[in-house]
Amino acid sequence: MSAVASITDLAVSFATDAGPVRAVDGVSLDVQPGEVLAVVGESGSGKTVTAKTILGLLPETATTSGAVVLTGRDGATTDVVAVSAAKLRQVRGRDVAMVFQEPSSVLNPVYTVGWQIAEGIRAHGDVSKSEARRRAVEVLGTVGIPDPEHRVDHYPHQFSGGQKQRIVIAMALVLNPGLIVADEPTTALDVTVQAEILDLLRHLRDETGTAIVLITHNMGVVADLADRVAVMYQGKLVEQAPVGDLFADPQADYTKALLKAVPRVGEGTARAVERAAARPEGWAGSEPVVRAEGLTITYPGRFRQPAFTAVDGVDLAIRPGEVLGLVGESGSGKTTIARAIAGLTPVSGGSLRVLGTEMRGAKGRDLKAMRPRLGFVFQDPATSFNPLLTIAECVAEPLVVHGRARNPEAARGRVDELLEAVQLPRSYGDRFPHELSGGQRQRASLARGLALDPELLVADEPTSALDVSVQARVLELFAELQKELGFACLFVSHDLAVVDLLADRIAVLYRGHLVEEGTGAEVLGAPRETYTKQLLASLPVPDPAAQAEHREGLRSLRASAG
Amino acid sequence: MTAGEITSVGTAGAAPEHVEGRGAWLKKLPVVHQLRQSVGLQRGMLVAGIVLTVAFVLVAVFAPVLAPFGWSQLRDLDGAFGAQQPPSAEHWFGTTVGGYDVLSRVVWGARTALLVVLVAVLSSIVVGVLLGLVSGYFGGWLDRVLVVIADAVYAFPSLLLAILLAIVISGGQSSMWGGILAAALSITVVFVPQYFRVVRAEVVRIKAEAFVDSARVLGTGHWRIMTRHVLRNSTRTLPLIVTLNASEAILTLAGLGFLGFGIEPTAAAEWGYDLQRSLSDVTSGIWWTALFPGLAIVLAAMGMTLVGESLNDLADPRLRSRARSGQVSGAVAATAVGESVEADASDPANPAAAEPREPNPKGDDA
Repeated sequence: MSAVASITDLAVSFATDAGPVRAVDGVSLDVQPGEVLAVVGESGSGKTVTAKTILGLLPETATTSGAVVLTGRDGATTDVVAVSAAKLRQVRGRDVAMVFQEPSSVLNPVYTVGWQIAEGIRAHGDVSKSEARRRAVEVLGTVGIPDPEHRVDHYPHQFSGGQKQRIVIAMALVLNPGLIVADEPTTALDVTVQAEILDLLRHLRDETGTAIVLITHNMGVVADLADRVAVMYQGKLVEQAPVGDLFADPQADYTKALLKAVPRVGEGTARAVERAAARPEGWAGSEPVVRAEGLTITYPGRFRQPAFTAVDGVDLAIRPGEVLGLVGESGSGKTTIARAIAGLTPVSGGSLRVLGTEMRGAKGRDLKAMRPRLGFVFQDPATSFNPLLTIAECVAEPLVVHGRARNPEAARGRVDELLEAVQLPRSYGDRFPHELSGGQRQRASLARGLALDPELLVADEPTSALDVSVQARVLELFAELQKELGFACLFVSHDLAVVDLLADRIAVLYRGHLVEEGTGAEVLGAPRETYTKQLLASLPVPDPAAQAEHREGLRSLRASAG
Repeated sequence: MTAGEITSVGTAGAAPEHVEGRGAWLKKLPVVHQLRQSVGLQRGMLVAGIVLTVAFVLVAVFAPVLAPFGWSQLRDLDGAFGAQQPPSAEHWFGTTVGGYDVLSRVVWGARTALLVVLVAVLSSIVVGVLLGLVSGYFGGWLDRVLVVIADAVYAFPSLLLAILLAIVISGGQSSMWGGILAAALSITVVFVPQYFRVVRAEVVRIKAEAFVDSARVLGTGHWRIMTRHVLRNSTRTLPLIVTLNASEAILTLAGLGFLGFGIEPTAAAEWGYDLQRSLSDVTSGIWWTALFPGLAIVLAAMGMTLVGESLNDLADPRLRSRARSGQVSGAVAATAVGESVEADASDPANPAAAEPREPNPKGDDA
């Protein structure tokens, strides 16, 4: 059978304010029926643009050359690049459909999900209302929405995030297309939900024989689902291989580097043990820099809604020089704890002592002594710098505020030292934040956090906005600096593997409660709680063979749990 | 990934904007920057607006040179001008019913209009921005009270409010500066809520940004956060409102003059007053007394509106049109990644190509 989609020498460029920018450069790909082709690459590598070209979804500013030939289930072929808009509309949905990244923004909140699915059916042919509804119910059942006859009349906000993504997949599936393009279908979801969606996609491929083009940057997802992998870098296709071969024996240098950069659970355990052995006598008895006892944080409700408890009775301690990794899914309260420690969110119950200062009921003046001893690294490096100040001015800000320097120019010497410590050239101090890449900005952010030589650094998901290879370098730098300067650290992340790399101890949060706490070996090696076990089992392993085994483990765990 | 993201990746790889060399600061000035950025119809609109506005300002500044007579001059050495004289070699635009030279009145009127626009816009910016900053940053009851007051001012018909204030401020007196200040300040009161709300909304947004949180974690004082981090980031939309308000100020001034709350003809020339005096002329076929002041109002207001609307469109990437390239072109932007890419960027004097002896660990083909 011939390929469902065949891309030949595709090139795309965008008109921008700074002149044309080439996003895709001479890519040729084939997608066979019933196969899952993963396209991996870092942000800006052109993988999403390539995927959007398959559906002809590029914005008006794009110029395209080459050919993208789609073959429908009836054998008709269409060249998406050359075809008219009307013809393109016919092809979309029937021959090729798309699953987007963010399910909440794809579904229209004012229509029922049944209506939205039926709309796709009725756009392709004259189908009666009741028939369209019948098919909508059927497809909702296929993607695993319980009680589809009833749920078909519900609105998007009545579904959870994972269910919404199932509905988006149902919309793509309803016309039984030969090819589904899934653009980061699980990036916005928690790992436990991600595992379910990946299961669903695998199941659908086996049932309906649809080919899937999976765009992702997560090598674990690739190992879990893909049959074949195409690696993109700077708009070019670097390597194409069956998934087993690619992981076992990568050919291109870039692929090797990419695979090496992927963090794996269990890598950091040895390092943590080594550090624990090096602690001085009596360290365990020393006064902790952070001690939380029964810490409770609530957000007040509005319009008679009850207050929302984000953190509920958490006990924590971070001793000097120790790295505590705080892990949890979205909504587990991990960021709230980090913000409370920095004094950004008020504490509503229990006690939280940070560097000897009680945070509960503390006013701005009470925190003055504590501020210079605490550093904070924010999640998104793009927004954590004032866009109108240069990097040097931003890094000098803590020095100026705390009177260590009169103005940013006087602090320049120390700023240069700091920039060098985070491996940025001195000249970058004169650049503006938008002129640095994400990884460089996050390193500058680290320099700012360390400017006052703090005893405690709070890092709130510092690498979640970065690409894998950049993340690896930032984490490495982080570990080095921690070793050198010896600050205590609260490291918040949703990624177990990342936390494992750095942390001495790991605390797992679930819906505001502390579920489990212990060293990396204890929590990741022999988890006691069911939730931790599930979290660990849901995390895809970046190795196809190991992941297949791992998947079985998750299945049996789920079976025993419910 | 959207086209917007590609744009950002592309510029990240390019040379820093602020080291473009000589004249770079000129290219970054508000209107100049947009002029360079625009293409096609948008550029046409912007250029037309700028030409009209510049002409208006020049006429206002050089009024003493351009105007053949004074604004309240009724006679020259040859005797009185005479009332309602048609256009002639001596009086290009004719004379009014009161015996003034229309051309001189129109030229001097530009000066009055410009002064009112400047005073009105400046004072409303200062008051509006300050109130918006404090209100948005601190929030609480002060914020609520100020927002209610701003809404109340909005609810009034703006011309009615301006009339009320013109009477209160000038007290019926109408000297030149008294009249200008009365008109300008009454317009100010109408405009302050606009600046207040725009700046407040921006401040509320900026306040939640990570870099403000970052400043708070450091223990930065409120005043420093407000001036250094919040204020400068929340004034981006102001140039648009300024241009749009400037044209509205001219219309309000003309409206006040037309209704008789403006400036006496002996104190200064004012287009609205002249229009009102020419009402009866129109029906009796005397066209020149109404046409020229009316045209002046329309052109001045249109010039500034065109500039404002174009700036508004250009500020929004979704509305901005760009020149499309005919074929696939341009270089692949360096992605934010790759050790070698960062290494290259960090050492511009030492491109990777010049170092064959040190094999690149990532071996990318950049």
